[in-house]
Amino acid sequence: MLTGDQASPANAPGDAGTDDDEQLLLALRRRDEQAFTTLVDRYHARLVRLASLFVANQAIAEEVAQETWIGVLQGIDRFEGRSAFRTWLFRILTNQAKRRGQREARSIPFAAFSQADVDDGEPTVAPERFLPAGDEWAGHWVSYPQNWRELPEEEVLSHETHALVQQAIDALPLNQRMVITLRDVEGFPSAEVCNALAISETYQRVLLHRARSKVRGQLEQYLEAM
Amino acid sequence: MVTAPEDELACRELVEIVSDYLEGALPEADRERFEAHLEVCEGCRRYLDQMRTTIRVVGTLTEDDLDPGARDQLLQLFREWNRA
Repeated sequence: MLTGDQASPANAPGDAGTDDDEQLLLALRRRDEQAFTTLVDRYHARLVRLASLFVANQAIAEEVAQETWIGVLQGIDRFEGRSAFRTWLFRILTNQAKRRGQREARSIPFAAFSQADVDDGEPTVAPERFLPAGDEWAGHWVSYPQNWRELPEEEVLSHETHALVQQAIDALPLNQRMVITLRDVEGFPSAEVCNALAISETYQRVLLHRARSKVRGQLEQYLEAM
Repeated sequence: MVTAPEDELACRELVEIVSDYLEGALPEADRERFEAHLEVCEGCRRYLDQMRTTIRVVGTLTEDDLDPGARDQLLQLFREWNRA
C-alpha cells in the first residue's frame, strides 16, 4: 500500500517487494548505481504507464517518466522519507506531467470533467437482469450472477483474463480509466488520487464505480463463456 | 408465501451502491440495509464477491517489460548526475 493509512478494505494490489525501497533510497543517496537501476527496473514501466494517462502520447509519457527520475536524483538529498517513496515518486510524476501538459497546451483538462464521463449511457448491470416493475420481486435478480468462488483460481487470474481486463480498462472513458488505474492497478489511496486529479472524493467514487462495474461486466461475459 | 419486505433494498439498487459500500462511504443506516439485504440474497452476495474479485484481478495486472534503451538512457542520466 502506498501510505499505510489506506482505509479501503477492497484491494491489495500486487506491489510486493517494495519493502526495501527505503534501503535503496539510502543507497541512492550514497550514489549507488545498482540501487538506482533496481528502482528503475521496479518503477519505470509503471511511471510511463501512469504518465500516459496525463499526456497526449507515448513519446511524451516516456519523457515525463525520464524527467521524473531526474527529479528524484535532484531531490534525493532533500527527501526526508516522511512519505513513502512511491508517494513521493508519484507526486513528482504528476507535477511533471501537468507541467508538460501545460507546455504542450494539450493536456487533459483536469478541471473539465464532463457529465459524459459519469453518465455514459451504460447501465451498471443490464436492466433485463432484474425482474420488471409489477413483478412481486421487482428489482431482484432474474437469475443469480455466477459464483466465481467455484472457478479455479488459475482461471480467474489467467493470462487471458488479464489481457481482457486490460482491454476493458483501455476502453473506458479517460477519467474513469485514470481513477481505476490509480486506485486499483497502482493501489494509491483515495485521498492521494483525489489530490492528484483535483477531484472530490464523491466524484472519484462515481468514476471508480462506473469503471469497476464495466470491468466486472466484461469479466463476467468472458468467464461465463468459459 | 414469502414476499419482499417493503423497505428491503432491491438488488437493482444494491449494484448501484456497491462501490460506496466497498469504499466505506455508505451512511450507517444504508450500510445496515445493504448488509441486511446480503444476509438474505445469494445473488447479491455473489455480485459483491464478483466486484471484489474484479478489483483483485485489476490489482494483479502485469507490468510491461522495461525497454532496454530506456534503461540505458536512465543509467546515463544517473552517471551524469553522479559526476556533477
